[in-house]
Amino acid sequence: MARGFSSQQGRGSRAAGIGYDMIARPDFASSGAAQPDARVLDGGRRRLSLALVFFVGAFAVVAGRLALLGAASDADVRHAYVPPAPVQAARPDIVDRNGEIMATDIITASLFADARKVLSPGEAARQIVRVLPELDEEKVRADLSSERAFVWLKRDLSPRQQYAIHNLGIPGIDFRRELKRVYPNGRAAAHVLGYVDIDNQGISGIEKYLDTRGEAEQGKPVRLSIDLRVQHILTGELSEAMKTFSAKAASGVVVDVRSGEVMAMASLPDFDPNDPTASSDFARFNRASLGVYEMGSTFKAFTTAAALESGRVSLAQEYDAREPIRVARFTINDYHAQRRWMSVPEIFMHSSNIGTAKMAMDVGRDEHRAFLGKLGLLTRAGIELPESGTPLLPHPWTDISMMTISYGHGLSVTPLQVAAAGATLVNGGYKVTPTFLRQKVPAAGPQVISQKTSLAMRALMRLVVEEGTGSNADVPGYPVMGKTGTAEKAVAGGYSKKSLITSFLSAFPANDPQFAMLVVLDEPKGTKETFGYATAGWNAAPLTGRIVQRIAPLLGVKPAERWVSPVQEASLIRTE
Amino acid sequence: MMRLSRTNRTPLSEWWWTVDRWTLLAIAGLIVLGIVLSLAASPAVAQRLNLPNFHFVYRQMIFLAPALVILIGVSMLSVRQVRRLALIVFGGAFFLMLATLVAGPEIKGATRWLSIGPFSIQPSEFMKPAFAVLVAWLFAEGARKKIAGVPLALALYGAIALLLVLQPDFGQLSLVTIILVALFFFSGLSWFWIGSIGTVALAGALMAYSFVPHVTSRVDRFINPESGDTYQIDRALDAFKAGGFLGRGPGEGEVKRILPDAHTDFIFAVAAEEYGVFAGLMIIGLFGFIVVRTLMRARGESDLFVQLAASGLVLLIGVQALINMAVNVNLLPAKGMTLPFISYGGSSLLAVALTLGMLLALTRRRAGASLAQPMAMGRAFA
Repeated sequence: MARGFSSQQGRGSRAAGIGYDMIARPDFASSGAAQPDARVLDGGRRRLSLALVFFVGAFAVVAGRLALLGAASDADVRHAYVPPAPVQAARPDIVDRNGEIMATDIITASLFADARKVLSPGEAARQIVRVLPELDEEKVRADLSSERAFVWLKRDLSPRQQYAIHNLGIPGIDFRRELKRVYPNGRAAAHVLGYVDIDNQGISGIEKYLDTRGEAEQGKPVRLSIDLRVQHILTGELSEAMKTFSAKAASGVVVDVRSGEVMAMASLPDFDPNDPTASSDFARFNRASLGVYEMGSTFKAFTTAAALESGRVSLAQEYDAREPIRVARFTINDYHAQRRWMSVPEIFMHSSNIGTAKMAMDVGRDEHRAFLGKLGLLTRAGIELPESGTPLLPHPWTDISMMTISYGHGLSVTPLQVAAAGATLVNGGYKVTPTFLRQKVPAAGPQVISQKTSLAMRALMRLVVEEGTGSNADVPGYPVMGKTGTAEKAVAGGYSKKSLITSFLSAFPANDPQFAMLVVLDEPKGTKETFGYATAGWNAAPLTGRIVQRIAPLLGVKPAERWVSPVQEASLIRTE
Repeated sequence: MMRLSRTNRTPLSEWWWTVDRWTLLAIAGLIVLGIVLSLAASPAVAQRLNLPNFHFVYRQMIFLAPALVILIGVSMLSVRQVRRLALIVFGGAFFLMLATLVAGPEIKGATRWLSIGPFSIQPSEFMKPAFAVLVAWLFAEGARKKIAGVPLALALYGAIALLLVLQPDFGQLSLVTIILVALFFFSGLSWFWIGSIGTVALAGALMAYSFVPHVTSRVDRFINPESGDTYQIDRALDAFKAGGFLGRGPGEGEVKRILPDAHTDFIFAVAAEEYGVFAGLMIIGLFGFIVVRTLMRARGESDLFVQLAASGLVLLIGVQALINMAVNVNLLPAKGMTLPFISYGGSSLLAVALTLGMLLALTRRRAGASLAQPMAMGRAFA
């Protein structure tokens, strides 16, 4: 309480002694020793008041400044934030199997402005447009007057343009280094390569696949299985055929029958990956590996192989093809109707639906289905491209399904799957898994068909070209073997007689199969030269012949000088 | 929660009824704002540094619990215990500051930190409040002619200043200097001496400007923005303008993505951009309230030591906050000073807790401490 008492005194003295403080401030060092605390407290109190005034003032100044800044609120400042340029990892080059560049990055300069620093927008806009006449002067002037901290004026300048702009010496404009993806071969293999978006991120094809790979593989050039020369020939011939037969679309695949490497794959109409948005969705759609189609009679190759593989059907087996098969409300009839008993080679050669369906019945539903599964025709192909179509299977898979599937209706698969399955048929029976990457050590898949069946299939497919529906595919020196397919397109409520999808599944050379190929034409029309016929034998088969003629020498296939056709054995089995 | 009656004489109850609950409320407000704003500002910085998004948030949370313990625990101490604590903390911090010179890693050109396990501490942060309390004590005792308070205080300051120059840390040095000068001023030093010290401080500042290159450059850029890169402060000003009075809304801020010190020195700008100038005014208001209320209480204090120590401690917080906010709104040249409780930083958080804990302990109502009538106090702040 003593202290409290003295404090009360101190307070009293302050009340009375304001003038005293003003005149003679007590210096604590020399102040009276009697009540040092009280005197110092007195002085301290006045000075604390000063400090209070100072702090209140200082906080008020900061608050006032803050309020002024808030009042100067400016919607345009919203643009002050420049998103940091995405760290553009250089994309790896993509090269074809021979090392030819298919895709690469180039460095370009893009022009932007900090409009806040541009002194005279009108003059600057006039000068810029003089160098870059494709720009709209009004828009450039508006951009430069916008007071925005960042506005693109033009992306991807050429070095000459950059130099010219630089020489203008306009304050407030600058360049940003950007990477731009370039496809020097234009449309070649566009659907395989895919394309990138404005930020250089892959959004389809191999480009997208590259972005999904692990870190470790980044950076190194990627070598594709594609051979650009073969690709050009395939695309060119497909394009010619499309024109000749007024087809809506076309696609083609060439596969190495041992390694599964895709040598070429084309889907027409195609697009330029340098400018993908210039083309329609129709053109950007990948018909070769994403689109699924009922392939028609080419499927008879698989059914026939299933029959031979089952052991219950021999080449010499004969079937009654005199009458159409009537099952439930379906009628299975022949296009090239022979109306007689036919052996297996004859059924295949003349492409008899009746005979093939009966063969499938001998195989049995489950075994037939399992065989197609072994060839990879019932599940989505595990390829590098994100564009991989999923087969459309019938639900349920009935006996009638089996019979229609036996000749290629009721099951939709991608052309790439058919080409790979065809390769398996002729390569000695080893499973072919298609790939778009160059394989250093081509690995043979597991054997899924016996050597014997594979040999028989070679003979049968060669027979089709020598004497059957595919004779227009024959090439001197390079014995082609194959199977035609003409499917009526499914339309609402049934099948259209007029709209066809024709295809030719082939492999060459027949003496030592190295490459399998499938070409597909979408709605080809008959011409004077084909006597109005639009079936595969008249368009897809000769197209195949022209392609083989050009690519076989390039691929190092030796012409067969003296080759004894194994078909002779098969051709002996005739009923006529 | 248990109810605390005034008749309850447990230490907790004693504390609750004597502590300055308004200041406590303001401190709680700052802590809550600090958490909200660290959520706003630091994920953007963490992303830029390739750290997990909530790296800084988690670390700040980890420090928050001990900070609260320190704040409440220290505020329960008596005046005498506060003095002893200050002595111990000062001794420890002084020793650790010596150690940083020997063992501290160099970060951004200065050795201010000591690594302890996953955390690093900045001993000079803890030295500041202890220094303020010790100087207040020396002055109070000196006024009673018991000891040579002034020479001892100057000796302490000299030792500290030397260590801070060696680190170097001119921000802390200027704070410590301001505290010393302010305490001299409050303790009644004649205007002649205050003028002299002011001249010396000015001379020191001019010398720093002349001989320390980054000080030169910062002041030049403040006075004449054209003379150099004013990137951070330009972006901060953009942030205030972009935010307007109501802000862009939580998470909508953009300046935090580009400011390197968004979670420390420029968190005030980040706060204003997202939550508006009103949020900024609220932060100013909370600091202003704590400073003004404490100075007013100190003015009515009967014990010279308590008066000086409380003023010194609150000045420490107030001046630091003021400088930080003034830099943010471009009223002062850029100076790396954190905003107490709001900026990210473990050492800073713990040291601020210690400072305010001591402050609360000193401003607790004691018998006979106040000159004013209790009723008058009540009316003044009603």
